[in-house]
Parts: sequence; C-alpha cells; structure tokens
Amino acid sequence: MTKADIINTIHAELGYSKTDAARLVESTFDIIKEQLSDGESVKISRFGNFLVRKKHARKGRNPQTGEEMVILRRQVITFKASQVLRRQINK
Amino acid sequence: MNKSELIEALYRKESLTEQAASDIVNLVFDGFKEALKAGDRIEIRGFGSFSVREYGAYTGRNPRTGKKVAVQAKRAPFFKVGKGMKKRVNGE
Repeated sequence: MTKADIINTIHAELGYSKTDAARLVESTFDIIKEQLSDGESVKISRFGNFLVRKKHARKGRNPQTGEEMVILRRQVITFKASQVLRRQINK
Repeated sequence: MNKSELIEALYRKESLTEQAASDIVNLVFDGFKEALKAGDRIEIRGFGSFSVREYGAYTGRNPRTGKKVAVQAKRAPFFKVGKGMKKRVNGE
C-alpha cells in the first residue's frame, strides 16, 4: 500500500476529486510530520503512538573500520502499536 | 497530539468541516489497519513504512515470579522511520 492507494480510497469513498484527495492526504501527513519534528508525540487511539525519544550521546564504533567514535545526542521516532491493532493483526 | 487534535489541525488548515476531516483521518488509519491485517506492507514516502513481522514461539519468563511461560508465535506491526523524517526530527 502506498499513498496513491490511500488517495484512491479517499476519492472513492468520500467523493473528493483525485487532486483534492491527494492534497488532503498530503496535508494529513504534513501535520503529523510537523508535530514529530517539533518533538511532539502523535497518538492515534486504536492504532498506535508515534513517540519522539531522546537518546543520550554514547560511544560507538564504525562497524566497517572498527574506529571508536562518539554517537551524538539525538532524537528518534518510535512507533508503539496499540493493543487493539496487535490483537487484530494476530487474528 | 491525539487523533482529535489531528482532525482539528486538518480542518483548520484545509477549511473543512470537522466531520469531513474526521472521515479523512479515519479512512487513512483504517486503511493502514486493513493493510496490516492482510499482512501487506505500507510505504509512505517521506514518512516511513509499516510491515508485519513474524516472531517465533519462545520460552519466556514472568519477570515478577521468574516462572517459565511458553510464548506463542505471533505477528506484530513494525514501523520503520523514513530517512527524511529521521533527519527532520534532529533538525537537519
């Protein structure tokens, strides 16, 4: 499934033109992306939570050269699926 | 931000009714859910991708009692953050 499939569903089920459907789907993801970029979590009930987690700096190694290096403090996005989604996927 | 706040942000941005924005957001996530239930992969460019991973059965332990418990094989959704998004969240 790609964005194009979602756009088609919005067009077919809700009657928007494909152009409008594309803009609306794009807009929806833009809002989510902006939130996450601002370090804000996005929680979708019955689906799951997109969380922004802060990672401390740590020492690591370049796996290719074996060279030791510092991995800087950074933020990562994680997804935690809701119990509802987990259950449905296992049905 | 939760789902109703996402709906609100969408209807403000796109000058929709609350109902219209709610229908769109629900269709997006219901679509994701259906695809994952069918075991399909979902790829949203610039955001990330979802897939279903299969985990084999294993013997685990109840962390509180230390008792052995058999954990059955299961499927679980997995989200891989897109490259662009990984950079963006670090202000790059």
